[in-house]
Order: sequence, then structure tokens, then C-alpha cells
Amino acid sequence: MTLVIGAFTIGLILSLLSMGVWISFRILRYCDITVDGSITLGASVAAVLMINGWSPWTATIAATLAGGAAGFATGVLHTKFRIQELLAGILVMTALYSVNLRVMGKSNVPLINVDNIASPAAGMLTRGTGGADSINILGWPVPIPDAAMLITVLVITVTVALIIRRFLLTHLGTAMRATGENPQMVRAQGVNNQAMIVFGLVCANALVGMSGALLAQYQGFADVQMGIGMIVWGLASIIIGEALVAARCTPGLALLGAIMGTILFRLLVAIALRWGLNPNDLKLVTAVFVFAALVLPGAVKYFVQKRTKEKIHD
Amino acid sequence: MINIRRLTKTFFPNTPNEVQALRGIDLDIPEGCFAGIIGTNGSGKSTLLNAVAGTFEPDQGRILIDQQDITNWAEYRRASLIGRVFQNPFAGTAADMTIAENVVMAMRRGCSRGLGLALRRSVRDEIADRIRSLKMGLEDRLDNPIGTLSGGQRQALTLLMATWLRPRLLLLDEHTAALDPKSAAQVAELTLEIIRREKLTALMVTHSMQQAVQLPEHIIMMHKGQIVRQFGGQEKARVRVPDLLAAFDHVRRREQLDPAVAEILGRQYV
Repeated sequence: MTLVIGAFTIGLILSLLSMGVWISFRILRYCDITVDGSITLGASVAAVLMINGWSPWTATIAATLAGGAAGFATGVLHTKFRIQELLAGILVMTALYSVNLRVMGKSNVPLINVDNIASPAAGMLTRGTGGADSINILGWPVPIPDAAMLITVLVITVTVALIIRRFLLTHLGTAMRATGENPQMVRAQGVNNQAMIVFGLVCANALVGMSGALLAQYQGFADVQMGIGMIVWGLASIIIGEALVAARCTPGLALLGAIMGTILFRLLVAIALRWGLNPNDLKLVTAVFVFAALVLPGAVKYFVQKRTKEKIHD
Repeated sequence: MINIRRLTKTFFPNTPNEVQALRGIDLDIPEGCFAGIIGTNGSGKSTLLNAVAGTFEPDQGRILIDQQDITNWAEYRRASLIGRVFQNPFAGTAADMTIAENVVMAMRRGCSRGLGLALRRSVRDEIADRIRSLKMGLEDRLDNPIGTLSGGQRQALTLLMATWLRPRLLLLDEHTAALDPKSAAQVAELTLEIIRREKLTALMVTHSMQQAVQLPEHIIMMHKGQIVRQFGGQEKARVRVPDLLAAFDHVRRREQLDPAVAEILGRQYV
């Protein structure tokens, strides 16, 4: 049960990352690698602010803004200085590694005996249950801090998803969705598509930064290495999510898919680790999975067409 | 009213691939005039249209719309004055988005886009009303992705979108060339209807001499980056396809002469 609760909590936290990756990868159709750096940036900014006595909420908001700034840098490198999209992301991601070390002053900042974002919820749960140290969820006893964290991140993720959905249905959001699909058309309708890309990357990386801040608070530390491979995890989650909902659908459904995909992906990872998958192999397995998910649909279609053609020739 | 002054553009200058696409174009299109541009491949007709739309910066020259100098305006900024329909039916709309979402973007062409909900009930009704006038049954499919429509339907919608807010200038870039004959005729008819009803100033590039004779009220003939002949008013009303072909032939024969002797012998022999 701890495993399921853990997978759900991390899944909900990383859903913010997945929604960010969904904005850049699917809406802007921009492969943004900044993510690997901006999640760590979010984690380190939040961790350092919190051990310096900031409230977890303001620290999380600051981390979100920091993530947005990273996205802004990538966007400006790409649009104003005409650096290829992948390279722009790589440059910012690489620079962020040093920035993160500067922010933290060392490679790892532990968050021990520091109030985190779930502390208010934990307090309420303790008072509500009359001082018990665990509560009953579906018949299993779950420690209060874990339950409080799950509830808190659930509320945050759902709220953020609803805000994004609402935004995507506004005039500005509609223009942003069209920017990735048809820049030519968007310009002809009077939208500055370059500015739209920058704005989209700011939004995407702000979400990633927030995700990093929550992740640091959940796992109890920020580490300079924690962002490696996050973009691939995000992609894997999105791809699973698109298998759960239709690939072409309304923004709301797509966001729901991204959240469900992330949780399912975390569950699969937890189960695989429980069954004895070497944690060191996790990133290789994920990369192979993303590769397969990107290539298989096309390959299947190709072979089906080939076979029907052969049948016709027979 | 459109004024173009000494507009030049050379692509890939100082390389073996150098192309002088526009060589000093001077053109005035009065208010409410529907002009068509014809010319051979590589004559610069599409380049001229793109220069007005702002897809590239000209080397020299000025472009004015209603006395306003837009030469240095970015492409997206010009959209506040210009409506456009492209040759490729896929270029003017976002395929994965719905009909209503595409149209609602055109309803804000050149305006600021805020955080108001894009598709309110009243807006949807307005869209349905106006799309009904196309008589294609699209008003019942507002929530379908626009990619599910045929090329002709998409082009008709793009045309409607380009003129939803009355543009000071409508640019049509061979907008019927990629359609089947029946759809092409439909879209051409719709074009004429909208331009006449709204009294639009329009500039249309076309490959088809037939279309050039039928639709616009003024014909501009281009060759090698220059305007070589214009037909307007009474002359345009009389002109037929063979006359246009003869005019092209004239231009070509003139070109075969050495430029130096052309001056001397041109009047006599051609």
C-alpha cells in the first residue's frame, strides 16, 4: 500500500511536469530539453528558501517563477538569436547545472525538520483524528504525513490543471494552440508567433519548476542530479496518457490524460522495481519504452498496409 | 488604396543562385479595386504578394496601405490591415482545431487577445449564422476538427475568415489552384461575391488566364520581376484569353532581341 500511495503522490507531483512537457511538446510542438534543468532549479530554489525560513508556499511560488525564467531564456535563445530548438534547450539546461550548484552552494540540500507544503494538512488530519498517527484509506493504515502530502498535491495538481484548461479555452490560449500547429496561419491572423513560443515555454517550465519544488519537499531533499532524464519520463507519461484518452481531443481531456498517464507510469515503475528491476536500468527501460511508443504505431500501420497490398496482388 | 514604390528584392545576392525576383515594381491599386496578377513561373507574382504580406523584407522600396507606410511592419502586425488566403488549403487553418476555434481566431485578427473565454454561446451563434451563408452544411459541424473537411471547404472557410473583419486589403495567392475544378469554381464564385458585397480592395495571383479574364476588374501582367502590361477599365472588359497569350508572346519576342538593339529595332519589328 505504501507503494501505491507513493506512486500516486509522485505521480501527481510529476503530473505538473508532464503538463509542462505536454504544453511544449504537444501544443507548441517544441522539443524542450530545458526541463531537465528547470525541475532541479525549482527544487533547489524551494529547498534553499525553505531552510532559510521562507514559508513552503512562497518558496514553491518562487520556484515556479524560477522555472518560468529558465523557459524564458530558452525561448529568447530560440526566437531572438535563432538557435535551433534542441540546442537552445541544451544550452540553458547545461547552464542551469552550474546555476543550481550556485543556488544550493553544494550538490545536495536536505530538508530535515523543515515545515513543508503538506504540514497544514497534516496538522488538520492529526487534529481531526484526535492525535492518531495514521489514518485509514480503503482499509489500509496510512501515516498522517503521507496522507497529508497526497491530499495536498492532489488539490494543487487538480487546481493547476483546471487553470490550464481554462486558459487554453481563452482567446490567448486558442492562439497558443494554433501557434504550434500552423505558425503561418497564426501570423496571418495577427499573432506574434515568436512571442507566443516564448510565453508557452515560460508557462511550461514554470509548471516544471513547481513540480521540482514539490518533489524536493516530498522526498526531503534537493539534489543537483535529480533532473537527469526527466524530459523522457515526461514524454513517457504523455504517451501513456494519450493511449488512455483519444490522441485528438479537447484540451481538458488531454490534460486529464497527462495526469492519468503520469500516475500509471509511476505505478508501473513501482511495480517493476518491486519485481526486481535494477533501479540503474530504469532510465534505459524508459528510453526504450518511449522509442517503442513513438515508432510502433507507424511501423504497425506500415506492415498492415504492406500485407493488404500483398493480398491484393495475390 | 495600395501604393507600391520602386520595390526590389534579390534572393541569394552575389551567389550563382542569385534571383532578381522583383526589379523596381511601381503599382497603385485604388480603393475598392479587385486586381489580378498573371505571369509565367518565376515572374515574381507570388513574391510581390508575399512582399505586401510581409513574409520577407524587400531590399528597397515602399509599400503603403491607405497612405500608411507598412514597409517595416512585421508580418503579424500587417494582419490588422490584410486578410490572406493561401494556395495550399492546409496553410490557412489549424487542422487539429475545430471549425469554431479556427473562426474565432479570425474574429480577433489584428486585435488584442485577452483571457476572455473564446467560444461563448453568443459567439458560437454568430459563427454558425455566418457559416450558414456558405451553404456547405458546416454550421452543424462547428466542433469537428477542420482537418476533416475537404480542400474546397477549408478554402471557403479560410476566405470567410480572411474577410470576417473587413480587411483594408485582401491577398489571394492562387487560392483555387490546388482544388478540383468544381470546388475551384465554387471558391472563385464565393470570392467574387464577398469582394463585391464588401467592396474590398483585393490583389489576386493566378495561374489561370481564364480566371484572370473572368474575376478581377484589372489585370497586371508580370515577367521577370517587372510589370510589363496592365489591362484596366474598358480594355479589361474586352480582353479575352487569346489577347493575354498574345501579350505574353509579345513580351517574349521582345526579350529575345539583344537589349541594345531592342531599343533601336523594337518598335519596327516586334
